[in-house]
Amino acid sequence: MAKIHVTTTINGEPTEFLCEPQQTLLDVLRDELRLTGSKEGCGTGDCGACSVILDGRLVCSCLALGAEAEGQEVETIEGMADGDNFHPLQQKFLEGAALQCGICTPGFLIAAKSLLERNPDPSETEVRYWLAGNLCRCTGYDKIIRAVLECAADMRGNQA
Amino acid sequence: MTSVTTELKWVGKSPIRPDGADKVTGRAKFGADLMLPGMLVGKVLRSPHAHAAIKSIDTTKAEALPGVKAVMTAADIEPMSSEWVPAGELQLNYRDLSNNIMASGKVLYDGHAVAAVAATSAAIADAALQLIVVDYEVLPHVIDVEEAMEPDAPILHDDMFTQGVTPTPDKPSNVFKEVDIAVGDVDAGFAKADLIIERSFKTAPVHQGYLEPHAAVASFAEDGQAELWCCTQGHFSVRAYCAKLLGMDISDLRVTASEIGGGFGGKTTVYLEPVALLLSRKSGRPVRAVMTREDVFRASGPTSGAATWVKVGVTKDGKIVAGQAVLKYQAGAFAGSPIQPGCMCAFAPYDIENVKVKGYDVVTNRPKVAAYRAPGAPISEHAVESVLDEISKKLGIDPLELRERNAAKEGTNAAYGPKFGVIGFADTLAAAKAHPHYSAPLGPNQGRGVASGFWFNIGGESCATLNVAEDGTLVLATGSPDIGGSRASMAIMAAETIGMDVADVRTIVADTASIGYTFLTGGSRVTFATGMAVIEASKQVTETLRERAAKIWDISVDAVVWEDGHAKPAGANAGEFEPLSLGEIAAQAGKTGGPISANVALNAEGAGPGFGTHICDVEVDRETGAVKVLRYTAVQDCGKAIHKAYVEGQIQGGAAQGIGWALNEEYIYNKEGRLDNAGFLDYRIPVASDLPMIDTVIVEVANPNHPYGVRGVGEVPIIPPMAAVANAIDSAIGIRMTELPMSPPKVLAALDNGS
Repeated sequence: MAKIHVTTTINGEPTEFLCEPQQTLLDVLRDELRLTGSKEGCGTGDCGACSVILDGRLVCSCLALGAEAEGQEVETIEGMADGDNFHPLQQKFLEGAALQCGICTPGFLIAAKSLLERNPDPSETEVRYWLAGNLCRCTGYDKIIRAVLECAADMRGNQA
Repeated sequence: MTSVTTELKWVGKSPIRPDGADKVTGRAKFGADLMLPGMLVGKVLRSPHAHAAIKSIDTTKAEALPGVKAVMTAADIEPMSSEWVPAGELQLNYRDLSNNIMASGKVLYDGHAVAAVAATSAAIADAALQLIVVDYEVLPHVIDVEEAMEPDAPILHDDMFTQGVTPTPDKPSNVFKEVDIAVGDVDAGFAKADLIIERSFKTAPVHQGYLEPHAAVASFAEDGQAELWCCTQGHFSVRAYCAKLLGMDISDLRVTASEIGGGFGGKTTVYLEPVALLLSRKSGRPVRAVMTREDVFRASGPTSGAATWVKVGVTKDGKIVAGQAVLKYQAGAFAGSPIQPGCMCAFAPYDIENVKVKGYDVVTNRPKVAAYRAPGAPISEHAVESVLDEISKKLGIDPLELRERNAAKEGTNAAYGPKFGVIGFADTLAAAKAHPHYSAPLGPNQGRGVASGFWFNIGGESCATLNVAEDGTLVLATGSPDIGGSRASMAIMAAETIGMDVADVRTIVADTASIGYTFLTGGSRVTFATGMAVIEASKQVTETLRERAAKIWDISVDAVVWEDGHAKPAGANAGEFEPLSLGEIAAQAGKTGGPISANVALNAEGAGPGFGTHICDVEVDRETGAVKVLRYTAVQDCGKAIHKAYVEGQIQGGAAQGIGWALNEEYIYNKEGRLDNAGFLDYRIPVASDLPMIDTVIVEVANPNHPYGVRGVGEVPIIPPMAAVANAIDSAIGIRMTELPMSPPKVLAALDNGS
């Protein structure tokens, strides 16, 4: 089957790739573009380890096709830090030990960033429900939720 | 000379982990993240049947498909003899291991591997799997542990004759062995009891649920040497198992442990690793094999499901006079459930004169079980802790008070054999009692439960290499895969011992060719055992630094002390010298005797047993049967928390897994013996919105056998939750749930029956 030519923007960078019609965005990111920060935990949209922002929306990249990136903007974990500066969420995850094995961390960071962009002052319950699509088996979520809440407070403080 | 000072600068703090940046940026390379030039995609064909004879496998069409570079079946593996070797806290049989990674003669569970291919793309590999023709003769199967013990049950292995009974039976059985533990005389003990409670329980098999599926990349060279990259808790174990299965010299196989996305015991064995190696050897190309999540559920892990029965006798003032248990553990398709530790742990937290435990290791048509946090202990202790709760309610004695009256302490003879040294069980009970959670008010349909847990913790073989760089920073290499922040705790112990900044210690996990044999990450052993190697290496390095300073100053080494990361003259008599920093000594290493380095290999003994006590509040929805955990507090004696935040994290994570085991998680097999819920949608591990914050209280009763007092952390916290939740449900609605998971349909049915 002929491959599809896709022109897109990934982490702000104009990008072209060829993909199979059935190839998921996750597989394109990982196998074609070598952006392996997005992880496959399930391949069925249940774990959130492959979370990316596609056209401003938080999606599981295992449930999107590579071809759907045509003309869109894709944000992945690789684009989250600004040069040598971590995103405040990344910094807070490190300081708060909000990761153990780290396999779910890219997905959590992308999902949390998308939450704080929509809601800079979420309640604990709102954070827990927003992140309910991201599975973590190591932490019991406690330190992840705290890191997101503290980061939100810090970011609000900086804007005030 | 002493370098371990009483005032600790780093131990007990929570510095940012050395591997942190890689983990928050996506840079960290996990099992599936490695790509090699010319790499093929390896895929495995799995059995759709729970139990069937393989009459033939025809791979000719698959082999002929363009792009297919290798096809393998069990015929490509040399037959193994039955040989048991230690594997984590469990045992492993090479013949079974071989038959598990590739079925030989029979398939024994839905998902059992029967063939594998390596092809130039995933699509071609998938197509090739479709072209493999396996002729099965379907056999009757058995899923439930007690049904498997019936005399007329379908037999999985016709050469399995129950061990541990005399005379040895002449009829094959699904019971691989019986285990007996006994002290005192339980009949005499029960005769003295004022109250006897006995009850039967069922626990579901649960998967470790690591987020990262198994993955391996293998590359075989023409001369018979090979490299393997995989996510594992023990790359030295992987090396040993794979070399055995492939008939290689151990030194010809170099295994690199990738970053590991969770394991919890489940990544202590091999599945894809030898398959990827065999495919690479056959194809002459690197091969990457990665499990799907469905594969992970159907063919890896879990821990045993079990049927348990417990009987406890107490006097009216709450002294336990006898404890008895019968434990039937599923091993899955091959022998080797954690029945032994299950039996040993059942009554271990308590000082009981008369104990009798009988255990059965039972094969069923399910995936072979793997270790899961404190393997075996949560199952037996769930039953005992549930019965103790019933006793406390019947006697009107506070449940923590009841445990205090019976708690094992220093000098207590544990029912499983040894006499306890210094232990902190009583301290965890006292801390739980004093916690504000324990006296907080409850609302309607809410209840509180407590439960305790015990795990041995283990030591074992570890190596550490410490190299001082020319600028005085340190590279610390160990052979322990870092599954939850151990690089940070290793760096802390080195920095503390040497007296330097923790940020100047770079910890790495070395591959099997770069460091000496190190037993796997498991059993709560790494911070204890590998930590001892790190501390010893740090001491040796400081000794060398003193010698080098003595050389620079041209004084006797006895006249040099090491303090706060500096060499200093021991006193006025030693001479007037400005202290020399680590960096200053390192810069002159070439002139004073060469590179400064230490290598330590040891077998750590003296692991300190761990105890925990958990408090759980639940609310039961009487309309739906749903149980919500409202508040959770976990108290644990860790000996010493090296990296405080990661110790808390281990406790919180273990508690969360236990809550999942209590409330949600189970395998659902259909009538054909196929797994119906092989995915995270239907096998529901706790998500963020299911849980409250999990409060931790770290009790520190030092293990006298470790320089900083470490006991280990990771195993204990999964033990108490199942009973803590069950006891809380009973407090809320007055119904004793005896079957896990306590999912809404079961709780609702119990409410309907109870009212």
